[in-house]
Amino acid sequence: MNLTLLNVIVAVVIAIAFAALNAAYLVWAERRGAARIQRRPGPNINGPFGLLQPPLDGIKLMAKQLTTPGGADKVLFIAAPVLAMFPAIMSFVTIPFSDTIVAKNMNVGVLMIFAFASMGSMSLVFAGWSSRNKYSMMSSVRAVSQAVAYEIPMLITTITVVMIAGSTDLMEIVNQQSPSILHWNIFPLLGNSHNLLMPLSFLIFFTCTLAETNRAPFDLGEAESELVAGFHTEYGSMGFGLFFMGEYANIVIGSCMTTILFLGGWSCPFGLFPGVWWFIIKLYILIATFIWIRWTFPRTTIYGLLNLSWKILIPLSLFNLLFTAGLIKVF
Amino acid sequence: MVTYFSEIYRGLLSLFEGMGVTFKEFIKPTVTVSYPYETLEMCERYRGHIELIENEEGEPNCVVCMMCQRACPSDCISIAGKKEEGSKKKVLTKYMLDFTKCSLCGTCVESCNFNALDFSKEYNLASTRKEDFYFDLLKRLEDRNK
Repeated sequence: MNLTLLNVIVAVVIAIAFAALNAAYLVWAERRGAARIQRRPGPNINGPFGLLQPPLDGIKLMAKQLTTPGGADKVLFIAAPVLAMFPAIMSFVTIPFSDTIVAKNMNVGVLMIFAFASMGSMSLVFAGWSSRNKYSMMSSVRAVSQAVAYEIPMLITTITVVMIAGSTDLMEIVNQQSPSILHWNIFPLLGNSHNLLMPLSFLIFFTCTLAETNRAPFDLGEAESELVAGFHTEYGSMGFGLFFMGEYANIVIGSCMTTILFLGGWSCPFGLFPGVWWFIIKLYILIATFIWIRWTFPRTTIYGLLNLSWKILIPLSLFNLLFTAGLIKVF
Repeated sequence: MVTYFSEIYRGLLSLFEGMGVTFKEFIKPTVTVSYPYETLEMCERYRGHIELIENEEGEPNCVVCMMCQRACPSDCISIAGKKEEGSKKKVLTKYMLDFTKCSLCGTCVESCNFNALDFSKEYNLASTRKEDFYFDLLKRLEDRNK
């Protein structure tokens, strides 16, 4: 694909529309899912099945006044919500949805996505720091310790997958898994590693995406019962809206990465009709699991969170990295 | 070392068990009532504000003996009646209930010897105006029979 101006604009518009639509309708899915688990109907007044709720919420948010608290650091305060949304949209550029649907494939795709993902916690720090609010401040301190703790096992697990594929190109990683379901990295009986511990790596990666996106049970940054709303306490209007959309866009990115790294991307489990729909199906099953987990488990404590990472996830992922390296050497 | 791994294993298992529980709840039907559109039937012993009981002709059973008015500790009830020409019984002409003072103690219902008073099942009584809580029970009885 040639990089003409028109192409770039179309790609950017599609990426933003995809992220925004996903964010809006995942909020709806989240609320409906929560309601079903708690045996309520959920939002069902506006439109069929409450499907008009997200646009109406959006209009309400946009109609509100944007206020900055007195004594806040204005530049950082305004930069933070932008920084929450922008890395997520940037990451969509290099994610391949199928062998043809990709805005710009790069041979360092994995690296780029993780570089932008690490900027996500930066927005939490900025928001908490600039709000001049003790709860927001505590929230940003938590966000830092959480980001440090969970990026390590996540990256180690990703290195394991990159080692098996021998490439940081996301297309290449998917192509290596495409022959059959037994080549998928979640359970690679065939392929070149034969590592039976990969389901464990999948669980570690999935747990880390939960933590990285600040989702329950790891939503200590938000912790509405202790810290009001944490880093976005002082935000109203679309400032809050951007944080919200950023959170859901990050969930989509995290699920995309899990699909690509472990579930074979757009390849079909039975070899039928490979294409973008398989990617979408896997993506939304993972997102549904995100929602399901949120409404199942209560929030962990900060000690529980850090213990889980430093005592369990990091040692296990390191062990699996070494184990995989050994297996690749043997086979 | 063994306890470390068994703890992880048991912890992981319990997570899946919890997710199983919520999945079972997910597929069950909803149990809530979407209130303004549908309402629950109140149970037999629910004590709403009082209501007049009618006889077969649709007239109130009340004989204006004034027992309820006298029994009321909060002075909520005010009734009036008159004797028709040639008839022995008094006829109820006014039964006002001031629900702003009523504490639903039920002494009026207990004191009634003619089976003329009962608790209603009414519970949608919220209002912003005080006047909405002065009930004309005779009028309510007529409305019910319409």
